[in-house]
Amino acid sequence: MLLQDKLMQIVTNPLLSPKQKSNYLALEAEASLPYLPISTEVKAAMNGGVICDMFEGHTPFKPRYVLPDYARYLEQGSEYLELVPAQNLDEALNALTILYHHVPSVTNIPVYLGQLDDILMPFVEGMDADVLYRKLKLFWIMLDRTLPDAFMHVNIGPTDNIVCRTLLRIDAELKQVAPNLTFMYDPAVTPDELLQIAATNICHCSKPHIANYPLHASAFDKRGFGIVSCYNALPLAGGANTLVRLNLKEVALKATSINDFFERVLPYYCSLTFELIEARSAFLHQESHFFDSFLVKEQLIDESRFAPMFGIYGMAEAVNILQALMTNETNTSSQSNKPTGYGHSMDANQLGYRISAALDSIVKSTPVTYGYHGRALLHSQGGISLDKDVTPGVRIPYGTEPNPIAHIQALALHHQYYTAGISDILTIDETVKSNPQAMFQLCKAALELGFREFTANVASNDLMRVTGYMVKRSDIEAFKQCGSRLNTTGLGAEAAQNTGILQRQARVIAHEHSPCVVN
Amino acid sequence: MSLTKPAINKQAIVSQLLPFSCVDGPGSRLVLFLQGCNYQCKNCHNPHTIGLCDGCGDCIATCPDKALTLIKANNKHQIHWDKDRCSQCDTCLAVCPQQANPKVTRYTVEEILAIIHHQRHFINGITVSGGEASLQLPFIIELFKAIKASPQLSQLTCMLDTNGSLSLTGWHKLLPFLDGAMVDLKAWQKETHRYITGRDNHAVFKSIELLAQQQKLYEVRLLHIPGITDFEQGIDALSCYLLRLGANTRVKLNAFHHHGVVDEALTWPSCTQTDIEALASSLTQRGLTNIVLPSIYL
Ligand code: SF4
Ligand code: SF4
Repeated sequence: MLLQDKLMQIVTNPLLSPKQKSNYLALEAEASLPYLPISTEVKAAMNGGVICDMFEGHTPFKPRYVLPDYARYLEQGSEYLELVPAQNLDEALNALTILYHHVPSVTNIPVYLGQLDDILMPFVEGMDADVLYRKLKLFWIMLDRTLPDAFMHVNIGPTDNIVCRTLLRIDAELKQVAPNLTFMYDPAVTPDELLQIAATNICHCSKPHIANYPLHASAFDKRGFGIVSCYNALPLAGGANTLVRLNLKEVALKATSINDFFERVLPYYCSLTFELIEARSAFLHQESHFFDSFLVKEQLIDESRFAPMFGIYGMAEAVNILQALMTNETNTSSQSNKPTGYGHSMDANQLGYRISAALDSIVKSTPVTYGYHGRALLHSQGGISLDKDVTPGVRIPYGTEPNPIAHIQALALHHQYYTAGISDILTIDETVKSNPQAMFQLCKAALELGFREFTANVASNDLMRVTGYMVKRSDIEAFKQCGSRLNTTGLGAEAAQNTGILQRQARVIAHEHSPCVVN
Repeated sequence: MSLTKPAINKQAIVSQLLPFSCVDGPGSRLVLFLQGCNYQCKNCHNPHTIGLCDGCGDCIATCPDKALTLIKANNKHQIHWDKDRCSQCDTCLAVCPQQANPKVTRYTVEEILAIIHHQRHFINGITVSGGEASLQLPFIIELFKAIKASPQLSQLTCMLDTNGSLSLTGWHKLLPFLDGAMVDLKAWQKETHRYITGRDNHAVFKSIELLAQQQKLYEVRLLHIPGITDFEQGIDALSCYLLRLGANTRVKLNAFHHHGVVDEALTWPSCTQTDIEALASSLTQRGLTNIVLPSIYL
């Protein structure tokens, strides 16, 4: 399609708001520039769908994710923004609101809003709990309405404090899509009762995500880290300059045997991924002038704290493809309905861990010019809307997940390798809503077992468990059509609720997930 | 001979083992569904869990995946089910003349303990359900006893989901190792109870009272079938009875639906949210304070 036609399609799109159109127009403009100089091998791998630059643009002029040191900002004010240090909560919230509009990211919306309880606690001493609640609630509504991106992330915890508790209460009440929320959990610091509140919130709005604080903290230095966007763990006062992801499914398809995968194909495509990472970050750091920003001058970010994310996805398919190679080699054929494959069989899971360990050692031993301590950070990437027939990160394909406990046990050993975060989603049927203690227990056990981040989605699944058995909602609906009494009240109320949620989601852009307009 | 067997080798006939449940008691639980029931509830949602297989072999030829074979154990014919071959088509359930289920697994106490061990951090406890679990009481006692005696498992609560037909002698054997029981009260009047289940409810009341007195009554469950059960007609007496157990007695209301039921009960109306809420408000008005409603209606 001609550039002009594309632009016209965006301009006349009936579903996008003017602001969303501007964003997509800017993306197309950048995409019309020639791509950075890269080798023909990298180009071929990109065209073949093996390596993906996440549509970050042909000439990166801003980092993918930026995590400003908001505490320092509130403490020192800003010369550039002509702000004196914040003296009280109103000034602090106002100052944050201002800075959020100056924090770039791949989506143009800040992906990190700060460790809000830590940075606001100095301003709430002696404040009436009700007043605090009202102020934070307005702030929360403002965030959802003015910065509507589901990937914009607030962090709270692991300490027990009034800001943390108030935000959890407000988040459960408002059930907004934005901001996204991560609660840091540290068994040595966080009371169980506070984790239980967070787990109860998950039952009602699938938020917050629970981060394994000690595990993340030990991966970064004293200055700290933040969880942003789709569960990316990154250095505070830094961020990610770029994210390049490797499609393990495609890599596996190029292998002739498991040995060939580990010895030839995987290292080769990793080296191409690094080449693209180098090219992209060199342009950002050397050509774009991004690091002339006041954010650097005022020490809210530090160029040396930016790292490339080495993303991977399609682990499930890769494992299954490689296992099929092996089966062909040994030629075992037996008629069996035994659950096999990634997430189910021990062999498949072991092969998965081996791949993660191999990636970890490659990423930890490959120097990069612009990295965190000279290295990229490995990330299990959560997928974008364009992905077809390939499962995000190291997840178990949707619809084939085993029970939640087996699910967690199958994935836990991967988590140690993904320093820059790993996004697994545990789908739990809605009966858990009346039993938040069950959510608490799953969460606690998952973190104990080495999960970096616990994310649960409480879904109105078609498949649901009633007491001792699973039923399909659609079967029951079909049955009802044939004559039994209809249950209109319950279903009507639920439908209304769902539409409400859909309407809200439509207003929110999730550029992270849908990086381009697809026609 | 079985008397000389070590307790840990006691076996249960299990129709299903669920590693994770959030609807069978407090918190996250592993649930064992035992095969076999002494009631014949017209409204049973799992009729194939009622009978015990007599090894007649009728189902073998109907299995499309050749997952069923007859074996000889203790000089008796026993059906053997190959789980890995089975495609869960349920043909065998449909043809069985005994309301039985060839797809059962026999587990020893030791085997169940190993499974619990493997996932102990994820659960708050275990629940034994059915069928009617208490028909396999010796197994349950040994299992619960072993859990309580294990330093790594003793924090898990042990619960029983029952129709309440167990005798007082039986309860007294189990009580030392039991944390709580959920008891179904299928109807208020003896006649209604007999009509629905084939048995009267005298033992159920005795069980409920004993458990309440021992503080081990986790909840009383009322399955409401509009026009069939008699909770509304007997609401005053029923409320009085429940109040006497304690105003805070947890009363779980369940809504009858057609999933899995057969024959006559298919002509009964399913229970709506409005029906349940009406019953709940009648109970609340009469002083009960801990009424739990279904989390979903079918
Ligand atoms: S399950 Fe039923 S049909 Fe099959 S052998 Fe047992 S009693 Fe016979
Ligand atoms: S459910 Fe399994 S055992 Fe029963 S008939 Fe079908 S395949 Fe055979």
